[in-house]
Amino acid sequence: MSLVVLFVFIYWAETNATEYQIRLLNNCAIFIILAVSYNLINGICGQFSLEPNAFIAIGAYTSALLTMGPHEKQISYIIEPLVWPLSIISIPFWLSLVIAGLVTACFAFLMGFAVFRVRGDYLAIVTLGFGEVVRVVANNLQSVTNGPLGLKGLTPYTNLWWSFGFMVITLFFIWRLTKSSFGRAMKAIREDEVAAEAMGVSSFRYKMMAFTISGFFEGVAGGLLAHLITTISPVLFTFFFTFNLLIIIVIGGLGSTTGAVIASIIFIYSSEALRVVDESFSIGSLQIAGIPGMRMVVFAILLIIVMIFAREGIMGRREFSWNELINLPKSVIGRKNNILFGPARKREKKPTK
Amino acid sequence: MTFSGFLQQFINAISLGSLYALVAIGYTMVYGVLRLINFAHGDVLMAGCYFAFYGMLVFSLPWWVSFSIAILLTALLGILIDRGAYLPVRKAPRISALITAIGLSFLLESLALVIFGGRVKPFHRPSIFGQVIQSGDLYFIALNLWIPAITSLLILLLLIVVYRTKVGMSMRAIARDMTTVRLMGVDVNRITSITFALGSAMAGAGGIMWALKYPQIDPYMGIIPGLKAFVAAVLGGIGNVIGAALGGLLLGVLEVMIIAFLPSLAGYKDAIAFLILILILLFRPTGLMGERLPL
Repeated sequence: MSLVVLFVFIYWAETNATEYQIRLLNNCAIFIILAVSYNLINGICGQFSLEPNAFIAIGAYTSALLTMGPHEKQISYIIEPLVWPLSIISIPFWLSLVIAGLVTACFAFLMGFAVFRVRGDYLAIVTLGFGEVVRVVANNLQSVTNGPLGLKGLTPYTNLWWSFGFMVITLFFIWRLTKSSFGRAMKAIREDEVAAEAMGVSSFRYKMMAFTISGFFEGVAGGLLAHLITTISPVLFTFFFTFNLLIIIVIGGLGSTTGAVIASIIFIYSSEALRVVDESFSIGSLQIAGIPGMRMVVFAILLIIVMIFAREGIMGRREFSWNELINLPKSVIGRKNNILFGPARKREKKPTK
Repeated sequence: MTFSGFLQQFINAISLGSLYALVAIGYTMVYGVLRLINFAHGDVLMAGCYFAFYGMLVFSLPWWVSFSIAILLTALLGILIDRGAYLPVRKAPRISALITAIGLSFLLESLALVIFGGRVKPFHRPSIFGQVIQSGDLYFIALNLWIPAITSLLILLLLIVVYRTKVGMSMRAIARDMTTVRLMGVDVNRITSITFALGSAMAGAGGIMWALKYPQIDPYMGIIPGLKAFVAAVLGGIGNVIGAALGGLLLGVLEVMIIAFLPSLAGYKDAIAFLILILILLFRPTGLMGERLPL
């Protein structure tokens, strides 16, 4: 039923909403895909990795290289021509997204062998290192990625249908995955890897699974992003991107898919809303000068505060359920009743010996 | 490659390696005491540079006064980071502390961007460092001799503190077993703050020398040296101060020498450090001088 609502909403948005709102909605969908797949490896499987910017970059470049026509490629690659098979390939959009996802998943698979030898802090640093390596390689491999010049003139294939369509697919897949036995295995690994191994859960296999699936969807999202922004260059895929995703899933609650969705929406809209902090604004007669760049300071402070005071985030590890939603007003009113109408009932006296 | 070319690059490598060593020691000390990778260490380096820069520019202090005050301020910043951000998450699961560290790193960078502006600023290089020394075919600036000298002095001082004073003994003890040290009546928070102060002072000194060597500073300059210093610390065996120094030197030498022998790979300079990291973690995770396997 919710799918029908979404369908109708997208149809309306396509025809009526402004350019700005459509762009916001596209961004929302893409970030939801990213947040949900990043949450799979970070929150559900418990392996703290910082890899998204690498996979998004790989997905974006693959998808872009596959959809650009030979003529467009000639325009972009002015210093060194593109290597042979890539210079003439040009395939439909959806196929390039799938292939981008598969290529990224392959990278994830190969990376996993190196990465999962270590745990904890080291995993974070190694994945961060891979991200940097990917960026440096993208910056230097002139004949494949066009180096610092990047690729421009991509056709803006991404519209609401594609982005929300893939978002629905991603949500469905990851939701079902976490509810399945695979998801339970990953959660077991998150809670206590040694005990999980003792119970016969092959931690390496499930970590790899989470990593590869994450990689696939991040690659797809990268392709969508590339065709939304229509220009990509290595500068786009720095650690900053991963940091944004990290904020999203932490605020949403590590380990909760619903939390990731909610937090992405909040993040996208508040990014825009907080633009006001960057420029001057006035409250009544008070003119508060804007300081450019304060937005990121606010986000960083928010992350630290969430970590210190509200580690669980919005949803903690809970997922969405209609039951909780319907009972939400009841529980709120119930609490209010207690505050309004006196203390809780006294406990009955325990019988003495 | 001629011999003089090799020597030229080697001098470069030693000075770069010394810088990595200095910053790596900060990483290793904090990790030893808190088991926490201080992602914000590179940004402390950047803060030291900016303090020195503003000391010279705005307050017109002579460079040696400005540098000393900058190092002191950086040490204070380290204590502030410890008390403000890391102390509340000391009891939290590791992942929370890591995320806090990353958030703190970004906070420092964004604050620097807001306060100092994103434009790259030129760092003034005093003439005593900029003198060109010529010896036969070799041309290098005096800085390349000063850096290893000052670094050795600082590392020596630090080793004296760590191995010959009570405070240092407490630090080493906390690195072994924090709970027992608490039972022995040592104020762990105070010692941790001192560790942070020392490590950050080292980072500040390293940062100032980095800015002298590459005289352009911007808010994001600390990320890459910070990460490479972490690789150096892991290379030497994290938790081990001498290991960090050796790891730093080794990393600097490898980085410069590989590019010197294969100039076409020059663009991949940054990737070399990470490749070394991956190789070390794959084949010898304890590092060159480490004893225990990090959990």
